[in-house]
Amino acid sequence: MAEEKLVESLIYAKPESLYPVGTHYCPGCTHGVAHRLIAEVIDELGVREETIGVAPVGCAVFAYNYFNMDFAEAAHGRAPAMATGIKRVSPDKIVFTYQGDGDLASIGMAEIIHAAARGENITVIFINNANYGMTGGQMAPTTLPGQKTTSSPLGRDVEMHGFPIRVAELLSQLDGAVYVVRRSLHSVANIRKAKKAIRQAFEVQQQGLGFSMVELLSSCPINWGLPPVEALQWIEDHMLPAYPLGDYKVHPAIAKKPTR
Amino acid sequence: MAKELLKGNIAFAEAAIRAGCEAYFGYPITPQTEALEHMSKRMPELGRVFLQAESEVAAINMVYGAASAGVRVMTSSSSPGVSLMMEGLSYIVGSEVPVVLVDIMRGGPGLGNIAPSQGDYNQIVKGGGHGDYRPIVLAPATVQELIDLTVEAFDLAEKYRYIVVVLADGSMGQIMEPAELPPMKPVRKPEERPAWALTGAKGRDPNVITSIYIDPAVEEEFNLKLKAKQERIEANEVRYKEIALEEAEIAIVAFGTAGRVAQSAVKAAREEGIRVGLLRPISLYPYPYHRVRELASKVKAMLVVEMNGGQMVEDVRLAVEGRVPVHFYGRMGGVVPLPEEVLDEIRKVHSGLAVPA
Ligand SMILES: Cc1ncc(C[n+]2csc(CCOP(=O)(O)OP(=O)(O)O)c2C)c(N)n1
Ligand code: SF4
Repeated sequence: MAEEKLVESLIYAKPESLYPVGTHYCPGCTHGVAHRLIAEVIDELGVREETIGVAPVGCAVFAYNYFNMDFAEAAHGRAPAMATGIKRVSPDKIVFTYQGDGDLASIGMAEIIHAAARGENITVIFINNANYGMTGGQMAPTTLPGQKTTSSPLGRDVEMHGFPIRVAELLSQLDGAVYVVRRSLHSVANIRKAKKAIRQAFEVQQQGLGFSMVELLSSCPINWGLPPVEALQWIEDHMLPAYPLGDYKVHPAIAKKPTR
Repeated sequence: MAKELLKGNIAFAEAAIRAGCEAYFGYPITPQTEALEHMSKRMPELGRVFLQAESEVAAINMVYGAASAGVRVMTSSSSPGVSLMMEGLSYIVGSEVPVVLVDIMRGGPGLGNIAPSQGDYNQIVKGGGHGDYRPIVLAPATVQELIDLTVEAFDLAEKYRYIVVVLADGSMGQIMEPAELPPMKPVRKPEERPAWALTGAKGRDPNVITSIYIDPAVEEEFNLKLKAKQERIEANEVRYKEIALEEAEIAIVAFGTAGRVAQSAVKAAREEGIRVGLLRPISLYPYPYHRVRELASKVKAMLVVEMNGGQMVEDVRLAVEGRVPVHFYGRMGGVVPLPEEVLDEIRKVHSGLAVPA
């Protein structure tokens, strides 16, 4: 009897930059997707052993339980300052922060603006999910007008709470920021584009060009009160019009280089 | 190295540099600013890191980051700025990284003024930021001591992986005195950074610097570890100076500039034949409770002198436990007491002793 040969080929594996563990994120939450993209990029660039991550206060507070690399856990909003301290004394390391919209755009607004203005050579991954996930879905600076949250139960009233902050547009005004883009995690095609941008942002840092940030529109199905798939649709229907995807700042030195 | 005429703020900044401080992050505030200015010139000259942060909040978190990366790092500020740093101090202790902070205190509360004060004793000595800890606190009374304690602060911070605060008032920062700086110590080589530091997980498991322990039982375990550390600090790091306490009937307890003023008053009172001496605590945490208690069984009365409304006096009373009367004399608002005022207080306490109980 002729033996049939079983051919196995590996088509999917966890990146080395992620531990082989499950996460505490809610089902359908795109924090996990963002983690995976960052980990794949770090693997591809071969810099896992030279990378230092800074986790935020927010749902990603335990990011270091998932990323297989040196990690710090910053105070709420202070990740850019902590990353600045790390990078300044270890300029040869790759330093990135991972921050939510409450962390980055509310309590940590001063720290992010000044890190960008200084052209701090760090990479910021900014998760915009239009609310405070960890504390149970309160209004964030990114909450849309009329959006109901646990602290804007009648919907965000711009008369009372003002208007959402478009962080990518804001930071792109600063000379020290060299790569500032917005992407989304609501579909496969967009996830692919998000990964390219993350890679570009890390490469910008490798080249020592200055501050890079990728804003990622992200879902929070639990606090939005939507099943995971509908939450992705909500990003498309409600967040995309308010937060247009695009490249807000691309330093000429990068623009010349084609992104792989 | 010979003595030179040095201003306090410049002296501690230069002392830190010579102690191998590799990075300084700060924000201007009187009466401490000369230290930041000195650092802005000297650190880049030496190829080290200086960065003027956008606020004290950012400064302390930059310090936190640099400390996590395993370098000797410091910041300095004054009362309102130090208030903003409290969050950072708490995280620093909660994640066990070594940091030195020099606080050149000024009058308060609020914006207060820029004159010398000891009004932040409770804030710093009794805890720092939120959570269950006390910073190591060292209080100099001369520029030489400011230099020596700054150098020592770096060693203590690393010995215990802890926050060390050099607590001085505005006059310590502004005064000029002859003092000797230590020899220059080289900064640590990158490959000599401590094993726990964030240096990139090359050929080892990742290191994590964090202060979150979500499980109360695990947090308590960490709290107990901190407590044990503080017990070691209390057993090993008590520092104080005694002046003319032999056969004293009255013991003055005063720290920093108030201690210095009291020392002049003690000299004058001794010349009048009053048997008075001075205990000047240098470590405010750990506090020399033990020594104060011993003194309480030898003297007839104590007098605490502070540049505040009476903060350290509570620690003295805690140690004395009612054995002898504890009197208090304080000036506030940035007013430095004169030796004559303290002498008057000594006389009053002394005349009280003459009356049999
Ligand atoms: C100084 C301080 N203030 C408030 C909090 C409580 N807190 C924890 S997480 C959080 C909001 C996080 O929201 P976001 O940054 O949007 O991240 P997400 O959880 O949505 O990923 C808040 C307010 C805190 N930990 N520290
Ligand atoms: S609360 Fe929202 S952001 Fe946080 S894990 Fe759950 S779905 Fe994700």
